[in-house]
This record gives sequence, structure tokens and C-alpha cells, in this order.
Amino acid sequence: MSDNTASCRNVNENPCHMCMPMGGILPFKGVEGAMVIIHGSQGCSTYMRRHIAEHFNEPVDVASSSLNEKGTIYGGDKNLKQGLDNLIKLYKPELIGILTTCLAETIGEDIDRIAGEYLQERGIGDYPLVTVPTPGYGGTHAEGYWLALKSIVARLGRRTGKWAGINVLVPNISPADIREIKRILRLMEVRFTLCPDFSDTLDSPFKRPYKKMPEGGTKPADIAAMPGAMATIQLGMAVEDGSSPGKYLEKEFGVPLFNLPVPMGIENTDLFMATLRQLTGKSMPECLERERGRLLDCMIDSHKYNFQGRSVIFGDPEQVYAVAGLCMENGIFPVVAATGGKGSKLPGLLKVRLAQSPVKCEILTAADFAGIKEKSKKMKANIAIGHSDGKYLTERDDIPLVRLGFPIHDRVGGQRLLSVGYAGTTMLLDRITNTLLENKQSKYRAAMYDRFYQNSEQYSHH
Amino acid sequence: MKDVMDMEAARIDDPALPGRKDSIFTKGKQKQQLKCDTDSIAGCVSQRACVYCGARVVLNPVTDAIHLVHGPIGCASYTWDIRGSLSSGSDLYRNSFSTDLKENDIIFGGEKKLARAIDELVQKYRSKLVFVYSTCIVGVIGDDLEAVCKAAANKHGIEVIPVQSSGFAGNKAAGYRAACDALLRVIDPGGGGIIKKGNSVNYLGDFNIAGEAWIIRNYLKRIGIDVNVVFTGDSTSVDLKSAPGAALNIIQCAGSMIYLAQKMEQIYQIPYLNISFLGLEDTAGSLRKIASYFNADAVISRAEDLIAGATAAVKPQIEWYREKFSGKKAAVYVGGGFKAISLVKQFREIGIDVVLIGTQTGREEEYKAINDLVDDGTVVLDDANPSELEKFMLEKGAHLLVGGVKERPLAYKLGMAFIDHNHNRKHPLSGFEGALNFAGEVYSTLCSPVWKYI
Repeated sequence: MSDNTASCRNVNENPCHMCMPMGGILPFKGVEGAMVIIHGSQGCSTYMRRHIAEHFNEPVDVASSSLNEKGTIYGGDKNLKQGLDNLIKLYKPELIGILTTCLAETIGEDIDRIAGEYLQERGIGDYPLVTVPTPGYGGTHAEGYWLALKSIVARLGRRTGKWAGINVLVPNISPADIREIKRILRLMEVRFTLCPDFSDTLDSPFKRPYKKMPEGGTKPADIAAMPGAMATIQLGMAVEDGSSPGKYLEKEFGVPLFNLPVPMGIENTDLFMATLRQLTGKSMPECLERERGRLLDCMIDSHKYNFQGRSVIFGDPEQVYAVAGLCMENGIFPVVAATGGKGSKLPGLLKVRLAQSPVKCEILTAADFAGIKEKSKKMKANIAIGHSDGKYLTERDDIPLVRLGFPIHDRVGGQRLLSVGYAGTTMLLDRITNTLLENKQSKYRAAMYDRFYQNSEQYSHH
Repeated sequence: MKDVMDMEAARIDDPALPGRKDSIFTKGKQKQQLKCDTDSIAGCVSQRACVYCGARVVLNPVTDAIHLVHGPIGCASYTWDIRGSLSSGSDLYRNSFSTDLKENDIIFGGEKKLARAIDELVQKYRSKLVFVYSTCIVGVIGDDLEAVCKAAANKHGIEVIPVQSSGFAGNKAAGYRAACDALLRVIDPGGGGIIKKGNSVNYLGDFNIAGEAWIIRNYLKRIGIDVNVVFTGDSTSVDLKSAPGAALNIIQCAGSMIYLAQKMEQIYQIPYLNISFLGLEDTAGSLRKIASYFNADAVISRAEDLIAGATAAVKPQIEWYREKFSGKKAAVYVGGGFKAISLVKQFREIGIDVVLIGTQTGREEEYKAINDLVDDGTVVLDDANPSELEKFMLEKGAHLLVGGVKERPLAYKLGMAFIDHNHNRKHPLSGFEGALNFAGEVYSTLCSPVWKYI
């Protein structure tokens, strides 16, 4: 395995990640009745809304404090407080997340103080304002996501009576994935609070009348009760302790933490199911056993096509780790695994997971697409798995892309992609296999012609 | 399509926040000017972006330049290849470069990193022109962009132009001006003689989305007018420098380019004309306007021939569409004023009434023109937010919305058809072909079978 930190470069060429506040928005969208305001210039919230709206094909409203020149000199209190007033008037949210930006952090805006003052001045002492420090330069969107989730849990969590269920904390997986995890939990008859649940809010059915505050999301009251759960399952192997909501619940309230990989692939899904069995004593129902059997059948049916694959995997650390596992177990051996942030835990995790691979894998952190492209070419990758920005590899080097993760902006249905559990893994695997097949089939005739018809002399026997 | 009026069953709270009342009016009911061209109100969820956004959209189509964003990663991430500007040559502009400032750089300053970033990129890509975009915190941490760019320009013997586009210092329109200032620096031939060409124009404010600038270039060529350089669709650093040689500047997107045109008149004595190639009426009118400026019989008669021929080619199909749209009403919410004005006329050509119209960055004179064009009762708004769009589109019974990426999902949730008149569209909407495409797109959405099921 080869470890490559690209952070000594002075320029990022075609980014593989987005900034902190972008990720910070998503957990709030998974809390019922919540809205977000970003303290900074309008550009931040508008660009982020655009990206999120294009991926989910849902209206995404995120407010901005519209910090301007005056605010940067005299302080942004006025902007933020006015912003909160207007946000409450327009949307009547039950909870508001306040994220910061480069600008706000650099000029030293103290959002905790401003939030505290606001509550006092408006006489709404216990209205939930969740502040999250998310300067753009502070980390990737994945890091912002976890920090926001932790902040929500920390702000709302209360020492309450114990309840016979578990907390389930999820990364930025698709709404379809979230629905599937809930389905599995229900089939296992597990009582749970899953957060953030944006499976309805960011994938709402067409229904009249339109409501600008979409239905769904984890109930704040349920988040408040998280400290009383039996255990927490967190799908966050690569999360830093400081941003880990699971770790927080464990340290502050003694809720045992089970940090697991995203259940993509048979090994990861088996682990998820085994953990549920361990926690609840319940065994897997027949229908899930059959789904597992069908996944096995799929893996065997496709194994020879898959063995031709040399994968380049990129994106958020949780996704990269899970997909790498899926690829390993099907012989689509990873040759490049990359993430845009410092991803400090990822290389270690990958080295272990890929230890049995017959093929070398370049692991890149602080990666950009120029670097990913270079390594993919060198390592002769022939399939890419990750978000839409990977189309760069298709356009430049003809490496086909299986779109997975966030953002998917050049195809529809990113929010409906199901990739977890036995059934979801089967669907993802089929997509990967079919991409390999399509690529092979479209090039096959020309390749054979060039090789054997044109060069027929080479192969003559004496 | 089901009557959208029954959506009013949802009680919509009055979205007119106190500060917004002057930015919304209904024609025929108010006497005073619409408030526009000001900062957005905090918390109301404006659709506008920032200064950097304005600068980037204007400059990014310069195909062979290195576009380097000096700031943290986000600004560059969100603007990587999100537009449909086409190039006949270099595709360097389709990359997104960033100095990716981290916490250390904020504390100790980012100038050294910027200098090294420029070195690295120039070495790799050998471009003659670098635009360095400033972002919010660059202004705050005090990096001297001018100095770094000047040093880099001297070192490499190329042009390195800073773009003063810090996100918070104004609004999107300020970004347009920052971009125009940068363009003026590129154009400046630096003391050499300017060779004036005869029948030639610079075409300002077309970013060659889906080849639109090429379409217009072809029309003008056919009537005997040479397009000297387009600002900035499919332009190169060399092209831009030849701008002073044109006899006339024609401006499509006035919002972004009027400032440049005014400066070029001042500095190079090139007069300018506002035109619009959106819709049959405006395309024909603009061709005539340009032809009559040059006042050459051959040009004028060729223009008439072109107009007659091209109109005849598309008119029958457009008439066919028009019949399908009877009784339909449209809402328009776009970025700039010139587009909004043309759209009112373009919709009229296909028999659709515009009942709501607004822009993110429209200016006073543009709103005056809009007010003259629209019927009484039409709602006009500046810098609208989703709550307002929702309320007024439903109240006015719009069947269709024209807008950008953020407006599309809202229209669909309201059961309304939608026209993508934004930067990443893949089919041209300019000129005669564009007018046909426009009608076709309206048909494809308004008359889709899916609405039967809602």
C-alpha cells in the first residue's frame, strides 16, 4: 500500500471535496421542523443550496445573514439577529442551526454569544439554537456534517430515563439508504432513533399543498432522549473523536458506542446485522436471509466480470471505506482510494481492509482530481466509483464512472440510489458490473480487430 | 393541466417582511419606483449569490486563461464547470484551481502560497493569462493581491490579473464590475496603435452557452458584419486584446457588461448599442438596429433577407406551438434585467401572458422597461425569495416558471412547468433557432403527460 499526502502542493486542481458549512447544513435538514442560517456572505448559502437542490431535486431553503462590508468592520450581530427574526417569521421553525463561514470566523464572530443574547432579547430563553463553528477552511463538508450532528445531539441531549432501544447515527448516505436501514431495524424489531433522518425531508413525495417546511425528520424530543438509549450504532469509522456524536454520548452519558462501517457489501452488512443481534438478542428474519442469499447469488453470477475491474474510489471517507470493502470482496480490487480532506483515520483503516489484495492500491488524502487522474492512469484503473465530479476521469481518460454519493448533479435520482443492506448492495454491485460490461462490450470489437486482425502475423506458428 | 388555483387551500403567511414591501409591486397599483439594486435582507433566503459569483460568471468563459481562486476550497468547488459555455479551442477554463487556504494560511497570510500556486500552474499549463479571484477572507487577512500578481507577471512574462471579488463587499453586480475592470486591464494594448476595422463589432454579454455566440456571429457574418471579439464566450487572451479595433460594441447582457461598454466608450471611443437576441421580435429588431447603425445599403438589405428567411423557416412551427399554449400564464424569475425584458416579448410571441416577473440584479431602467411592457395586475419583484415566489405564483395562477437551478424544484413541487433559462443549459435559446427551441421547450414541459396524474 502506498500512502500519499498531497497537502504539500500549493494549488488544488479540481477539488474532490467541498467546504465545512455545506456538510453542516445536511444534518439540520434531517431534524423535524429545523431550519439553518449561515452567518456569512450570501454566496455561501446560495451556492450550497444550489448544489444540494441539484442533487436531491428538492427545494432547499437555507438562510444567510448576508454579512456585508459594514458587518465585517462593526461586527455581524445585527445581521445575524435580523436574519434570525426574519427566518422565524417566514418559516416558523422549531429549531435553528447557526453555521459560520470563513468570513464570520476570521473576523472573530462569537455566535454563541450572539445566540445567547438573541434568546434573552427576544425573551425566548429555551428556543433551541444550535451553533456550529464551520469555517470553510476548517475542514471538508464531511467533517462539517459530523460536527453539526454532534452539535445537535449535544445541544438537545438530556439525561432522561432509560429506554429499550438504540441510537443510530448515519453519515451522508442517500434518503433511500436511510429508508432501507429503518426497514431493516423494523424487521429486526428494534426500537430506534435514527439521526439525521432526511429520508423524507430531502426526498418528499409529490403532494398538495406544497409545504415549504417539508414533513419528516428526527423529532427533537427523540434526540433529547438519546442519552437514555441502550447503545449507539454510529456509521462513522473515520470520524475524529472530537466531532463524533457517538463518542460524545458515550463519554457524557455512558451510552455504549458501536462504531461500524456503512453496511455496503456482505461483510459490512453481516457486521451490522450481527451487532443488532448482539444488542437485541433477535435473529435475522427469513426475508432478510433470502436477501442475503440473493446477494451471494449475484456475487457469484458476476464474479468473473467483476474480477476484470481495477477500481478508483473517491469521496467521503465513510463511503470510500465501505466501497473499498465491497470491491475487495468481489475482486474489483481497488488501485486508487482517495479523499479530499485530511482523512486521518482512512489510510489506516484501508490498509487493514485491503491487506489481502493481490493488487497495489495508492491511498490519497487531501487529494484533488488532478492527482487522482494521474494515479488512476498510472495504476491502470478501469472503473471509478464516486460522486459526479469524477466524470473528469471519464472525459479525460475514458474511465467509466459509477455515480455514488454526493453530489450527483449530472444525472437524476441521486437521492434514490439504494446501496446499503443486502438488497442495496446487490443493486450497487449490479450497477458496477454492468458498467464494466458496457465498457467492455462497446470497445470489444474494435479491440479484438486491432489486436488480432491487424497483427495476425504475430501469432502464426511454425 | 389541472387548475393551479386550488393550491390556495394552503394558507400562505404574508411573506412581505417589512423590509421587502418596496421591492414588490403590482403594476397599476403603485406609483413609486421599485426598490432595486440594493443589499439583500438577512434571513429572507434570497436567491442571489455574491461578488465572487458575479465576477466568476463573467470571466470564466475566457477559454485559455488560468482561473485561480485565492481562498478556501468552497468557492472553487461550487463553480467547477457548472456552466454550458462552449469553446472552439482551449478547455483550460473548465478546470477549477484554488489556493485552498487552510487555517494556517489565514493566520500567517496566503501571499506566499498564492505566488507558488501561480508558479506551479503557469509551469504546467503555459497560459499567457491568469485571473486571480479574491474571496471573502482575502480582504480580511490583508493579502496584497496586486503585489503578488505584479511580481508573478514580471517573473513569468505573462499577464496576471487580480480580480477584486471579495464576496461580502457589495452584491453580485459589484462582481460584474470587478470582472469588467479585470477585462479592461487585459484589453489595454499598452501604448500600441489601434487599427480600427470597418464593419466590425464587439459582442458583449454573451457567454456562448450552448453555442449561442456562434449563432449570432454567423448571422452578423451573413449580413456583412464581422464580430471582432465576444465578451466573453469562446474568447481567448489574444482575442480580448484586439477589442479596441471594433467600430461598435453591442451588448446583450447589459447587467454584466454595461460598465465595460461605458468604459470602452470613454477610453477607446467605441460607442455601444443595447440589443437582445432572445425571441423573434428582438432578434429581428437587433439585426436591424445594428444594420442601420452601419448605414450601408448592402448590410441593411442582407439583414432584411436574413430576417425574412430565418423567420419564415421557424414561424410555422412556432405558430403550431402557440395554439397549444392558449390561456397559459407564465412567471419569470431570472438573474438579470435584459433577459426578463426579452422574455416578456418572447412569451407574447407564443401567446403566453407573463403574470409575475422578477430578477436578482435588475436595475432601475430595466424595471422601467419591464413596467412598460407588462399588463396591469402583473406582479413585479426584485431579489425575491422562495416564499414570495410561491405566494405570488399561486395567486396569479401561473402555469409555468422560467428560472434557474434553485427555482426548478419549487416549480415542480407546485405542479408547475419549468423552463431552464440558466447557465448550464445544453440547447441554445438565442436567435431564430433559439426562439424555436424556446417554444419547443415550453411545449415539452407545459404539455407533458405527467401533469395529468397530479
